[in-house]
Amino acid sequence: MSKPFLEVDGLSKVYPDGQGGELTVFEDVRFALEKGEFVCIIGHSGCGKSTILNVLAGLDEASGGNVVMNGKEIKGPGLERGVVFQNYSLLPWKTTLNNIVFAVRARWPEWSKEKIREHSERYLKMVGLDHALNRKPSQLSGGMRQRVSIARAFATQPELLLLDEPFGALDALTRGVIQDELVNIWQETRQTVFMITHDVDEAILLSDRIFLMSNGPNARIAESVKVDIPHPRARATIFQNPAYHKTRDYLVDFLVNRSGSATPEEDGTPRIVEPAIGVARSASAGAETETEIAAHAVNV
Amino acid sequence: MASLNVRAALLSVSFLILALGLWEMATQPPEAQTGLTEYEMLMGGAEQESRVPPPSAVIKLAWAELSDPFYDAGANDKGIGIQLAYSVYRVLAGYLAAMAIALPLGFLIGMSPLMYKAMNPYIQVLRPISPLAWMPLALFIIQDSDASAIFVIFICSIWPMLLNTAFGVANVRQDWVNVARTHELGPLRTAITVILPAAAPTILTGMRISIGIAWLVIVAAEMLVGGTGIGYYVWNEWNNLDLASVIFSILMIGVVGMLLDLVLGKAQKLVEYKE
Repeated sequence: MSKPFLEVDGLSKVYPDGQGGELTVFEDVRFALEKGEFVCIIGHSGCGKSTILNVLAGLDEASGGNVVMNGKEIKGPGLERGVVFQNYSLLPWKTTLNNIVFAVRARWPEWSKEKIREHSERYLKMVGLDHALNRKPSQLSGGMRQRVSIARAFATQPELLLLDEPFGALDALTRGVIQDELVNIWQETRQTVFMITHDVDEAILLSDRIFLMSNGPNARIAESVKVDIPHPRARATIFQNPAYHKTRDYLVDFLVNRSGSATPEEDGTPRIVEPAIGVARSASAGAETETEIAAHAVNV
Repeated sequence: MASLNVRAALLSVSFLILALGLWEMATQPPEAQTGLTEYEMLMGGAEQESRVPPPSAVIKLAWAELSDPFYDAGANDKGIGIQLAYSVYRVLAGYLAAMAIALPLGFLIGMSPLMYKAMNPYIQVLRPISPLAWMPLALFIIQDSDASAIFVIFICSIWPMLLNTAFGVANVRQDWVNVARTHELGPLRTAITVILPAAAPTILTGMRISIGIAWLVIVAAEMLVGGTGIGYYVWNEWNNLDLASVIFSILMIGVVGMLLDLVLGKAQKLVEYKE
């Protein structure tokens, strides 16, 4: 078996607890990502999701363990990993376009001005912001700012995209619209994405796999849940797929009842779970789907 | 109802007329009640009491001075434009020198907590010293009155710029620094493309405070060193007992100070951003 694209091995983070002791936020976190995968990570606050993401981004250092991407250990931040922060992190003195140009120029310093501009505009168009090129971030709504931030991350075409609760600060309607946009961009670019979210529906809509973290301190990535719903997906129709409900029920049950006690496999890798096994494959025919939904409703 | 601006302007003008009117009335020489004494006649009927000149006299003088601001009739008789130009030149020379040191040093202190801790005691001791207290030492070391005045301006304008630059740089949001880091910008490019624009409003605030202080200090410095400049001019006219000129030059000091502040204010607008 060949090496996976990204391998996280025995990662841990220890903070001083302020009383002379130590607090282990998470420990022995192990997982691997394949190229082109979209993986979400869900867990209660305080389990260290953001720290894991920051370690992957190179912005934070783990206390133990290591991260290997493409056979190279990650040390510090790099352009091959793009980050979308929850608070957008746009440079407020630059226009929308120049925020993207800033990133594209850093990625390809040898490109001509015209090429950089053209490339940047293309990605702004992808998120539907080609009309707001010359506005400053302060003149944009929260949703529009996050679109710019997403466009900036995708425009540099990183090998791994890290999204830290990108829709956490948005209202539900805006969030839905941008989720659809993210689905579309991802469909087009097929980038490898690692994303933090608190939203179960969002995770099912976007991911191929969902990592479930147990509660901190001493949190682990306990399970890896396969989302067996074919791409392309759309927010408006995904709930018609019976696998959706199975998966959703499983996730909610984990978060409500089991996140305190869940553990990974003996060897530290997450338990692989397929809550919708056998359901999704037969879901292509409409009639069958309805039967499944009915059956599902009875089960509930 | 007229707009707020128009009403404010009308009110301003009324205040001015009222103040000038009161001033004019208060400075009229009293009517001679009785006939002049013999002594007074001998003195040509001149008033014994000196009084502040009325605004009409000041305006007349201002008109004469401003219609020929750059005449030069020897060391003790130069136009107001020349005197102001000397002062502005000294302020700018000292100010620019202070900028050349304060901005890079402020950057260094702001970026490095170690440098901040190491430099802070010196800054705290040197900052509250009245700039004029440096004058004797400056005169002794530099041995040139003009350069000493410039040094005094330098030393008084460096602190607000230094502290504001350090503060602005140290408080750039970590998110923006992270953006620079994830885009693999080197230290120099991060400083120029992220930290400088992020800290620019704070830096400009410091520069604006500095130019104000520099303009305050130059008047006093020139009274000490003499020769040229608006500060010297005020003191010289006082020695000449020409109070109309003193009042006129006070007003000019205010006008030029306002213009300097206006320029920095405009620059501040240019670098401002909303989050």
